[in-house]
Amino acid sequence: MSTAAFIVIAILTLAGALAAASLSKLIHAAFCLVVAFVGIAAFYFLLGAEFVGLVQVFIYVGAVAVLIVFTILLTRRADENTGGFNWGGVVIAIAVFSGLIWAILQTPALSIAAPQIEALTVKRIGEVLMTDYVWPLQCVGLLLTAALIGGLILVMEEKR
Amino acid sequence: MPTLTLFLLISAALFCIGLLAALSRRHAIFILIGIEMMLAAANLNFIAFWRFGPQPQSPTGVMVAIFSIAIAAAEAAVGLALVIAVYRHYRTTSVDKFDQLKG
Repeated sequence: MSTAAFIVIAILTLAGALAAASLSKLIHAAFCLVVAFVGIAAFYFLLGAEFVGLVQVFIYVGAVAVLIVFTILLTRRADENTGGFNWGGVVIAIAVFSGLIWAILQTPALSIAAPQIEALTVKRIGEVLMTDYVWPLQCVGLLLTAALIGGLILVMEEKR
Repeated sequence: MPTLTLFLLISAALFCIGLLAALSRRHAIFILIGIEMMLAAANLNFIAFWRFGPQPQSPTGVMVAIFSIAIAAAEAAVGLALVIAVYRHYRTTSVDKFDQLKG
């Protein structure tokens, strides 16, 4: 893990996230969200979880971002105001952030360097997924099916 | 060498940016974007704690992150379907206008 790569990825991710949260144009915010998600995937690669980084790129950048862009285009109106802003949320977010910072910096056990690990292969992930985590895997399959059916029913035309 | 503290600080900042988007924006899709960002920050924490954990390690953190990403995808699909359904009914996506249940 190199420090320079960490700093570059951190700046990229946080700038993308901040732009996604604060830009007034929805479509620009969606593309900034993509930048933030790619940055998080780069963090996963940096941390040695290559498979999770790939999954992050496939699902978030490939599927969720495209879904968000489609929804923006389907619900767009020329006269709509998207810039509404509530300053109470900013106060709450800053309060939560300072609380988290305080808690993290108060804990000396967290300032450890990364230990050497053997690389986590996709073969090992597949083995664990098919042995120890087979019930959660089935439950996720059921949940995805339910979400698919629910999403279809929600957007079906209402018959009158 | 980045320590665990740095990763936790990054993910705390990401979580709070997501919280800011979810609480302060008045547009339904911005709220969903904020929720997605908070989920991604939680996943980053799982992976960081797994990487800096005691040795020899089992891939528990990686597994939790994979399942969490799958559930986040389902949540995004249903949430965006809800946005489209509500837009059809009210012709707007501003959450301030959805006040039919207000007493």
